[in-house]
Amino acid sequence: MRKVAIYGKGGIGKSTTTQNTVAGLSEMGRKVMVVGCDPKADSTRLLLGGLSQKTVLDTLRAEGEDVDLEDIRKVGFNGTICVESGGPEPGVGCAGRGIITSINLLEQLGAYAESEKLDYAFYDVLGDVVCGGFAMPIREGKAKEIYIVVSGEMMAMYAANNICKGIVKFAEAGGVRLGGLICNSRKVDNEQEMIEAFAQQLGTHMIHFVPRDNVVQKAEINRKTVIEFDPANSQADEYRTLAKKIEENKMHVVPNPMSTDDLEKLLIKHGLAD
Amino acid sequence: MLLRHTPKEIKQRKALTINPAKTCQPIGAMYAALGIHSCLPHSHGSQGCCAYHRSTLTRHYKEPVMAATSSFTEGASVFGGQANLVQAIDNIFTIYEPEVIAVHTTCLSETIGDDIPQIARKAEAEGKIPRGKYVIHVNTPSYVGTHVTGFSGMTKAMVDYFSKSNGKKLDQFNIIPGYVEPSDMEEIKRIAEVMGVRTVMFPDTSRVLNRPQTGKYDMFPKGGATVQALMSTGDSLATIALGRMASGAAARALDTKCKVPCEILDLPIGFKATDRFVDTLRKTAGINVPDSLSEERGQLMDIVTDMHQYFYGTKVALAGDPDQLISLTEFLVSIDMWPIHIVTGTVSKDFATRIREITKGVPHQVNVSTPGDMFLLHQWIKNDPVDLLIGNTYMKYIARDEDIPLVRFGFPILDRIGHSYFPTLGYRGGMRLLEKILDATLDRKDRDSPEESFELVM
Repeated sequence: MRKVAIYGKGGIGKSTTTQNTVAGLSEMGRKVMVVGCDPKADSTRLLLGGLSQKTVLDTLRAEGEDVDLEDIRKVGFNGTICVESGGPEPGVGCAGRGIITSINLLEQLGAYAESEKLDYAFYDVLGDVVCGGFAMPIREGKAKEIYIVVSGEMMAMYAANNICKGIVKFAEAGGVRLGGLICNSRKVDNEQEMIEAFAQQLGTHMIHFVPRDNVVQKAEINRKTVIEFDPANSQADEYRTLAKKIEENKMHVVPNPMSTDDLEKLLIKHGLAD
Repeated sequence: MLLRHTPKEIKQRKALTINPAKTCQPIGAMYAALGIHSCLPHSHGSQGCCAYHRSTLTRHYKEPVMAATSSFTEGASVFGGQANLVQAIDNIFTIYEPEVIAVHTTCLSETIGDDIPQIARKAEAEGKIPRGKYVIHVNTPSYVGTHVTGFSGMTKAMVDYFSKSNGKKLDQFNIIPGYVEPSDMEEIKRIAEVMGVRTVMFPDTSRVLNRPQTGKYDMFPKGGATVQALMSTGDSLATIALGRMASGAAARALDTKCKVPCEILDLPIGFKATDRFVDTLRKTAGINVPDSLSEERGQLMDIVTDMHQYFYGTKVALAGDPDQLISLTEFLVSIDMWPIHIVTGTVSKDFATRIREITKGVPHQVNVSTPGDMFLLHQWIKNDPVDLLIGNTYMKYIARDEDIPLVRFGFPILDRIGHSYFPTLGYRGGMRLLEKILDATLDRKDRDSPEESFELVM
């Protein structure tokens, strides 16, 4: 089983990209589990056709420690298995601790066991790695591969660079590696060239450039992935391609984060070059 | 030789404390809260914290120490402890009926950031706090500060929550006694009474943690500062705070909040510090020092003159809390003893400077560390031996390994009694301290003297 974690700046499209890619992988016949690591519990909405799922932590709170795997797993589009870790309402408690608790519980309950015959487990992690809890998916023995969703916008690149710093720390101690950058286009000038150059500086590659298309928005309103909503759409093929590239990806590196100065230079060179 | 692995050679340590000369913030907060009459301390965190803090206090005072806990589970750590605390407040007021619940936090609830006043307001809005009853709080993250910080914080909370001024001064003085024994608090009140000064003491753990055995259990003993007394502190003529670290914050808060002027003094241990305390009482209350108090001082002086040869040049190592150590060191120096190794686990800004000032006449090198630990103290002793140790029960390991007599003083004392009943503050307390010091050093002299100099009269 390959364990994959998706990181990136908040609002960059991690959940959308993850679910569409997972839909693509499932079409290829892969058995995939998605673990949403966001207190908002919206990481599996498109695969499940709505926010109907009871989260791991809600279940734990309601049932005590006597939780069954079936209470917290739901089957979504094309046989994908969906889990939402959940968490406290904004401003109280500890969301990071929530992720630790729920991932530990999933392991205890055997969600990753051989008998489940999973090909992939995807962790969709919220925003920046603000504390130890949000790094839980990439600790020793957990996700080995990380993809960072990024766009040509400056703050998205800052965030990606920052996440790379986190990866370096965990890569030194364990086996986690960066698999590549996924560019979720915001139609910024020279976006593809800039992200390719950025990826090169980091010592990785831009695994795929996902163009911007309104069909994604439409599919989201209909609580579906593009692949389910409009299978023949060219955007669906983009996600299928991304799925295939991840399946075949052999480039796993310890990234080489850039200094802020270098990052700004790169932005000026590619982004503002008229 | 339980400490046989302690090396003589001292190496720089940054990230490691061994055998700390301090304990958790909530222990101090819990102890201070017990000095409010009819108050149930409440630990907002996992139940293990509460169990440890209660048992440490119980072992020191040999009294049942009651406290409630929010009993955090995994769920409470993730979702926050609001539901637990609201339920706890409801249960406590329904079942145990205290006047006050004094909430302190723990490392866990601090890390997840629970907002205690917000939770208390919610409990109030839901009608869980009966009319005329109170929930007060202090934040006590134990990864900063020590039991002294916790004590100071809870004492200040008493001011923040209760002290009121209605503009009409009352003929009374506030005394904040510092982190001292119930017997010491009693002694301070006695001195004030002898001088004819009306006082309100807070916190006041006398008759709470040194209560008599009556055959009947009272969850809330008759001792402790009442809510009414605490409220009246805002109209007192002045505040005398004993011990800068433990009492300074509350005294200053009272000055700011209710314009009650304050004098922050050292703990009255030994001649000079007790003189300063008595003199401050005399001046602020405008009274004369009665003969009976002067006689007590004279008795203390008599012990010193009678036994001076046994004090002179006796080298002492000390560990404890800053407030105690400053006054104790001053006392020891005043009777020509040589306190040469001094550590405290509590970080105190001017501690080292004060100690240096006090010991500048000592004809020997003096080591001071704040924060320091007992491992360092032991290493200093190995390099420069002493004749006597003064400190809490944890010092007994050094005493045994190095074969040095130990006088138990400070917090905690887990293996002897007496501290709850007999003070070490004031002139009488000074007499008790000297008795203990002489007992320890002269017993040692008797044990070690060769036959030809084994003395009948000493």
